[in-house]
Amino acid sequence: MTYFLPSHEYARIEDNLAYIGISKFAAEQLGNVVYVDMPEVDDEVVAGEEFGAIESVKAASDLFSPVSGTVVEINEELLDNPKLVNEDPEKHWIIKVEMRDPSELEKLLSPEAYAKVCEAEKH
Amino acid sequence: MKKTCLHSNHTSLGALMSPFGGFDMPISYEGIEAEHRAVREDVGVFDVSHMGEVLISGPQATLFVNYIFTGDISTLEPGKVIYGMMLNENGGVVDDLLVYKRSDSEYFLVINASNIDKDVAWIKAHAEKYDVSVDDQCDFWSELAIQGPRAEEVIKTVLGIDGSDLSFYTFKDIKTDNGQPIVLSRTGYTGEDGFELYAPAEVIVSAWNKLMQAGVAPCGLGCRDTLRFEAGLPLYGDELTDEITPLEAGLGMFAKVDKEGFIGREALVAQKAEGLKRKVVGLEIEGRAIPRHGYDVLDTDGNKVGEITTGYHSITLDRNLAMALVDSRFSALDTPLQVQVRRKVFPAKVIKKRFYTPKYKK
Repeated sequence: MTYFLPSHEYARIEDNLAYIGISKFAAEQLGNVVYVDMPEVDDEVVAGEEFGAIESVKAASDLFSPVSGTVVEINEELLDNPKLVNEDPEKHWIIKVEMRDPSELEKLLSPEAYAKVCEAEKH
Repeated sequence: MKKTCLHSNHTSLGALMSPFGGFDMPISYEGIEAEHRAVREDVGVFDVSHMGEVLISGPQATLFVNYIFTGDISTLEPGKVIYGMMLNENGGVVDDLLVYKRSDSEYFLVINASNIDKDVAWIKAHAEKYDVSVDDQCDFWSELAIQGPRAEEVIKTVLGIDGSDLSFYTFKDIKTDNGQPIVLSRTGYTGEDGFELYAPAEVIVSAWNKLMQAGVAPCGLGCRDTLRFEAGLPLYGDELTDEITPLEAGLGMFAKVDKEGFIGREALVAQKAEGLKRKVVGLEIEGRAIPRHGYDVLDTDGNKVGEITTGYHSITLDRNLAMALVDSRFSALDTPLQVQVRRKVFPAKVIKKRFYTPKYKK
């Protein structure tokens, strides 16, 4: 199951783990990604709070975490090849988080609700 | 928000649009990197119709323009273009602009979109004591910039306009077959050879469509900024403001302090005598982080000594570079500094701010 924030981050849930990245829509809007600023393994992230940033040629955008928990892995591939985010943002997640409180997922957007957010931003 | 005459052309190409200088402008079409490379290696076309145009004419036009402008236009030949600034009394930059000289009694000024209202008011207020007329022609002219090594060939083959007789920073007035005026100059804001073409909207729309049919890459303001940055060219709002003088911006060569009586001259003379307290420098950053406008520049002890004015991962050079306004004690080449990027600090070093050597046709 995948959930979204209105700020365009997704959390793909597998058991107690959340794979966090940015949506296809966000990757298209950003254009060429040149740097992903990530936390370190064992850092704590908090739902709704900034955990890093993604840089396109044009600007830096903060990344917000959909869930609270501990970073158990970062996608090191993105350090050397940040453009993977443009190629397939859903495959190339940014951080993997062990969730502290799975009930937080109830506050996130479903894929259908998120699609409506994107549609509204296009106009 | 204002729209240029090509607005619907941009949206139908699927451009990413964003407000700039009061206009809804295209930032990119294919992507900033591809457009940037098209201009460096081939040719690209920009809609820059947001730029403002003001005509100064009358018996005292030379006297007046010399009074409001930092460059010396009295010795400039007709048909030449000169870059410089209008300053306030404190030496701060009201705007940076191009002046096209048609004759001693007629000058065509090209100003930044974001400053149109301010500039027109400034020019008119100072013109009262002179025998000149000030004509705001912003609504009459639209503008394309055709930039890149193939620019001369493309305007010849696609638009039927010969630019081969123009050298860098010269212009000519020409007419379309049905008598519409065109101003064509060998100028640009990319560090490449190229042309800027001013004409009424219907001429510009027709030229744009021909260029699209010929496969010329449409380029947005995104790569216009990455291109000018690599060439060390300033952007008003970043390296130049009402509070930064041309000397501080490292553009002293465009402010002729030996020229008599122009607004801001006394302030520049005083600043020269006292020595500069701050200066715009180039920085190279070690590490992957990209410094952005407004980020703090620190000395090696962590004290703030300046701010980033523009920063990018340079597309042509593949390095993390910035321009920054720093305390002049830290402005010498090779001075070690640091840049704060969000929670982390990265080492940096002062380098020349002309990161990319422009390829102008002299």
